[in-house]
Amino acid sequence: MNIPKHDVLLIGGGGAGLRAAIAASETYRGADIGVVSKVYPMRSHTVSAEGGTAAVMREDDNLDLHAYDTIKGSDFLGDQDVVEAFVKEAIDEVIQLEHWGCPWSRDEDGRVSVRAFGGMSVKRTLYAADKTGFHMLHALFQTSLKYDAITRYDEWFVTSLLVEDGRVCGVTALNIRSGNIHAIGAKSVIICTGGAGKIFPFTTNAAIKNGDGMALAYRIGCPLKDLEFVQYHPTGLPGTGILMTEASRGEGGHLVNSKGERYLSEYVPGKMELGPRDILSRSFIHEQHQGNVFEGPDGSYVHLDLRHLGEKVIDEKLPFVRELTRNYVGIDPVHEPIPVRPVVHYCMGGVHTDINGATPISGLYAAGEAACVSLNGANRLGSNSLTECLVFGARAGQVAAQHAADTDFADSASMAKMAQDEQKRIETQFFGNNGKERVANIRDDLRKTMEEGAGIFRTEDALKATCDTIRTLKERYENIGIDDHSRVFNTDLVNALELGYMLDVAEGLAHSALLRRESRGSHARSDYEERDDENFLKHSLAYQTDGDPRIEYLPVTLTRWEPEERTY
Amino acid sequence: MSDLRTIKITVLRYRPEEEDAPTEQTYEVEFRDDWVVLDALNHIKDHIDGTLSFRWSCRMGVCGSCGMMVNGEPKLTCAAMLRDYYPNEVRVEPLVNFPIVRDLVIDMTDFMDKLKAVKPWIIREEEKPVSEGEYLQTPDQLKDYKQFSQCINCMLCYAACPVYGLEHDFVGPAAIALGHRYNLDSRDEGNQQRQHVIASKEGIWECTYVGECSVVCPKHVDPAEAIQQTKVATTTNRFKSLVMPWGNKK
Repeated sequence: MNIPKHDVLLIGGGGAGLRAAIAASETYRGADIGVVSKVYPMRSHTVSAEGGTAAVMREDDNLDLHAYDTIKGSDFLGDQDVVEAFVKEAIDEVIQLEHWGCPWSRDEDGRVSVRAFGGMSVKRTLYAADKTGFHMLHALFQTSLKYDAITRYDEWFVTSLLVEDGRVCGVTALNIRSGNIHAIGAKSVIICTGGAGKIFPFTTNAAIKNGDGMALAYRIGCPLKDLEFVQYHPTGLPGTGILMTEASRGEGGHLVNSKGERYLSEYVPGKMELGPRDILSRSFIHEQHQGNVFEGPDGSYVHLDLRHLGEKVIDEKLPFVRELTRNYVGIDPVHEPIPVRPVVHYCMGGVHTDINGATPISGLYAAGEAACVSLNGANRLGSNSLTECLVFGARAGQVAAQHAADTDFADSASMAKMAQDEQKRIETQFFGNNGKERVANIRDDLRKTMEEGAGIFRTEDALKATCDTIRTLKERYENIGIDDHSRVFNTDLVNALELGYMLDVAEGLAHSALLRRESRGSHARSDYEERDDENFLKHSLAYQTDGDPRIEYLPVTLTRWEPEERTY
Repeated sequence: MSDLRTIKITVLRYRPEEEDAPTEQTYEVEFRDDWVVLDALNHIKDHIDGTLSFRWSCRMGVCGSCGMMVNGEPKLTCAAMLRDYYPNEVRVEPLVNFPIVRDLVIDMTDFMDKLKAVKPWIIREEEKPVSEGEYLQTPDQLKDYKQFSQCINCMLCYAACPVYGLEHDFVGPAAIALGHRYNLDSRDEGNQQRQHVIASKEGIWECTYVGECSVVCPKHVDPAEAIQQTKVATTTNRFKSLVMPWGNKK
């Protein structure tokens, strides 16, 4: 029985996945790389990133400063050895991307420009106007086309990780176009599937971000780390959640409440609009409680005011913001303030990996938002995530390729058999049981309970209720029925499989949040308002069990920075 | 703003396992004033008919997934407001000039092949080591190619192009514009390597300069201009090589 096999197999073809694929193919001659992605790679959500990519590029900056900003931003939950490696390797990575054609914005002298960003103490965010992610992704994708060693499986959807003798040896994947499930063998598998913002109702995240890879790892016993940390971006459009980049504030935009005040002077006087995202998002809620916000059909909002920047700066530095606001809310930021509110944006947590992207399971790696290498801790700084995709995508690609060089493929026949079993499992579960539950209804209920229990502010009671609801939703999921029983491009089936992933990630997230009885970074407990270093200066690890997840803890790696009070 | 109105959406259906030729189906959808065509399709899928298939992802006009024909025009459905069509019916069909895989999903293999054929990556005779830092590029040099780098590969221009509709060998607007983007990039030295694709019979010379590609582009890329610029440059180079047989280096 012949099945396709690759030394290194990527799940996901966004920023981290493509960087890893290129790194893997450059690690040793003859390495054969596969990239499985449920969308064509240039559709990946990296494309929506706007503001920029952080690296130390200028004379007024240094590695320790970038490291300290990141660690303080993380509320001291970032692993400091990881942060130190990150800031150091970031520089070469952004230059490498420059060599690969990324159209970075430039200063008059021809050097790449840098802009200010939240929580960064100097200008260190490279950018390509306000379409940085789009340009990075397309530069990476187009560059990847020249590597003959990379084989793509576009619009293939991974349904499980194959495990033999305790090591990952491949995947089963649904060829969406044909409807068939295939086994793909691999010596190393790297999960680069992005975050899980879509488990919340109101998010900047694209439809595809359902925590697929996190759940795949969780299901084979790999722990998910620090899942309780979910970042709300302070400036999304009400209703749609479309992101208004932090670069709007980096370039000098103001946040103004309904009384016309730049209200952040109450909360982050030293940073104002350039404070970190977690604090800015909480400030909005405080203003809401005080009645200092506007009310609209999509709830409360404040104003992001760019008018004083002028048309020239807006068109040059923030053209996408102008395009989006004109198209979606009929507002021209040159003349009117933009309505904004906090919106779910980023998962700090993810598949537990070490500093190289290796998980505790042999042959399994992860990078990018899907992973938790422990760079971002309890709160990520804006513009560190694109760089994270590059630095840890490259690391994971290299290490996975080295592992592959010393490993053999598992037996093809047994993998083919596993794919047959998987096809039967899926057909029985989704086509065979005449279930009555609709995907969209369970999904809506999940999103609602996540916002209620695991939103910007959390309490024991609300989190318990959310954990209970998720358990009920998982039972309802067993009784799911889908309308579409055909094979070719069955997106109904894909959505049903995605919902299964979402429920698993939500379960791990809610239980991790319930047990973290402190407030740190993005995790704000109204019933435990202080950070508690004595009990919780540690990472949470969620393991799937037959019942509720088991939560264990892991110490934070401290190198040179002692935890201190986090004020700005 | 939240007043609901009802609009009729007629969608082309094609399920290759069930039918030999496309049919159509009409749905009635209550919509909010800020809904786009894609929102209506998602409403249908979630609550009325889960068998309807289409591609989408970012819902903010940058991933390029959701291009379809809306009332006969190629559009990103995430950027086409329903209120602009109401009270008329909306007709949604897959992008024309491509084979249909299923419902509103087209086969984009040909586009992906053409994208790769123009070698859309930086080509250099000698790569500068990363340790030596970035290539300097002034804002003016960036401006030379910037607009051509804005292509989101949504393929609306292929659906609009009458030449591609008739002649599928034509490399087409987006791919030529992307090749041109690299040719214009001060860091690139790959012009010659791209010429045999871009300046071939199936490249720029097939284009009859209808210009519809530039009209429908949601990102204001001007592929017609890219093709025109390349034609001029290619012709100039050809004459230069005739009058200066020792080479056409700048």
